[in-house]
Amino acid sequence: MKTSYREAMRAALREALAADPRVFLMGEDVGKYGGSYAVSKGLLEEFGPERIRDTPLSELAFVGAGIGAALGGMHPIVEVMTVNFSLLALDQIVNTASLYRHMSGGQFSVPLVIRMATGAGRQIAAQHSHSLENWYAHVPGLKVLTPATVEDARGMLASALADPDPVVIFEHAQLYNVEGELPEPWTTDMKKASVRRQGKDVSLITYGGSLPKTLKAAEMLAREGIDAEVVDLRVLRPLDDATIMASVAKCRRAVIIDEGWKTGSLAAEVMARIVEQAFYELDAPLARVCSEEVPVPYAKHMEEAALPQPAKIVAAVKGLLG
Amino acid sequence: MTLAPPPSGPVPWEREFALGMVRDMLRIRRMEERAAELYGEQKIRGFLHLYIGEEAVAVGALHALAPEDNIVATYREHGHALVRGMPMRTIMAEMYGKREGCSRGRGGSMHLFDAKRRLYGGNAIVGGGLPLAVGLALADKLQGVRRVTACFFGEGAMAEGVFHESMNLAALWQVPVLFCCENNLYAMGTALARSESQTDLCVKAAAYKVPTLKADGQDVVAVHEAAKEAQQQVRAGEGPFFVEFQTYRYRAHSMFDPDLYRDRKEIEEWKTRGPLHSFTARLKAEGKLSEEQFLALDAEVAKEVEDAVAYAEAGSWEPVEDLTRDVYAP
Repeated sequence: MKTSYREAMRAALREALAADPRVFLMGEDVGKYGGSYAVSKGLLEEFGPERIRDTPLSELAFVGAGIGAALGGMHPIVEVMTVNFSLLALDQIVNTASLYRHMSGGQFSVPLVIRMATGAGRQIAAQHSHSLENWYAHVPGLKVLTPATVEDARGMLASALADPDPVVIFEHAQLYNVEGELPEPWTTDMKKASVRRQGKDVSLITYGGSLPKTLKAAEMLAREGIDAEVVDLRVLRPLDDATIMASVAKCRRAVIIDEGWKTGSLAAEVMARIVEQAFYELDAPLARVCSEEVPVPYAKHMEEAALPQPAKIVAAVKGLLG
Repeated sequence: MTLAPPPSGPVPWEREFALGMVRDMLRIRRMEERAAELYGEQKIRGFLHLYIGEEAVAVGALHALAPEDNIVATYREHGHALVRGMPMRTIMAEMYGKREGCSRGRGGSMHLFDAKRRLYGGNAIVGGGLPLAVGLALADKLQGVRRVTACFFGEGAMAEGVFHESMNLAALWQVPVLFCCENNLYAMGTALARSESQTDLCVKAAAYKVPTLKADGQDVVAVHEAAKEAQQQVRAGEGPFFVEFQTYRYRAHSMFDPDLYRDRKEIEEWKTRGPLHSFTARLKAEGKLSEEQFLALDAEVAKEVEDAVAYAEAGSWEPVEDLTRDVYAP
């Protein structure tokens, strides 16, 4: 069945709301407006204002209320409009949700799902273009998912809701309109990375909104006789080391593609793990393509220059192959 | 500022109930006095925030609540945990960092948790418990459970944005939260008047159309009666309620605090309004308590404290192999 990433997300939400009375959705403009990215469009009419709950512009309080509701026996899905605004809620996510289980000696569980849009590429300038997945992936106690395909958009929510711990889902804003074939049955596994393209010459490791760009780069490389493998991390915490290392061992070269800034990036973490675990499998130094270390500009040509692009990925690969 | 005279007047309670209040205030006082000594002996480390002087608030308010109610507290929560029913042994063991503590020694003084008694911490981020309380109350409302969530916080938390966001959410959604502000006049070392343009705290809550009450936090009778009235309204489904308990801490903010920002005279003046001795004086005047009875009660509490210390001393350390246990569900 052909569907879009947005429709797949909506179908997943609808299914979760229908299946479990403890599930409810809350966030800014999720109801009457239909969701800032139109993901929850129509759900208010279907499930009513108690379960599709519009909130004031109070990220810290409604994320905290989501944590409280989770402690109180509900399974809330909190939508934070974008990762940029999630910084206003960081205290509750990092100081409460992530550590209540451990700090209470295992007494409390926070079965909360937080969804947020992330990423750049739509000319909405620096304050609306952050890619800060690595900040969340840094924190023990959280799980971080980055669905990059229609299938994952459809399946990951069910698995996030089944998790007794807080799960943060990043939906890259450039993906919502992407259409694709939804296989039946779709997977709901959220534990492992996935090889999206088999190859043998170089392993391209990426996640989220950079996956389509990386697949495009792989096609460009194929035309030049370079057979690239593409690994979609899918889960940024905990990272699936086994799949990464298997791909690196097979291709012996790796480039990490990450829309985050290079310094302290998730790419840096993946590279460090490869060095720790698969150093002797490598035939060349590792490379990465990240965002330039500048605030993301508004003008189209400047924004494009700031972000990872297929041509930059191709160039990085060629640099490794000499 | 001239302080009001010590709380006085008739105690409108049965003798047994009144003695129970004395007992709980005394248990907090003696437990914490001992904890301060143990801190000096380096048995207890880290931060230790004493509630001494403020005991009437936790005791009066918590005795107005039902066992099935939710409690959200701050890092100055030894008293709340104790009155809620957590054994003194368990609290002391947690302060020692022992496995027999409520949180296996992982939280210490600031993070007393008790799922069974619906005590949700022990939160050391100022204002951090407020939205949590709104969420707990929302969960009850959505599940049709008639329960009050009592959320304790200091007046310092009211300068945080999250106070205003949480107040608005609670009122907008009409969820059953009893907001209990323990106004001890100092946010660590900063006096209320030095940090707030509006020092009448009830006005802030009223701005969100939340009904309010002010009570003398040094008077356990006033605290209890105010909390009783407020929780009744909340329980009846009339939305959130805000009570300001005006109190004072006799000790420094924490054991690290040299307490340079307050006048000694001010502290001594407030001590004349002590919650324990003013209340026992009233009971004695009414013939409900004799000095012998008080001393017997004190001796009983002293025993409980020494038992708790012995329990904590004899406790065990969580094995290091368990370090990563409970980061995620097994």
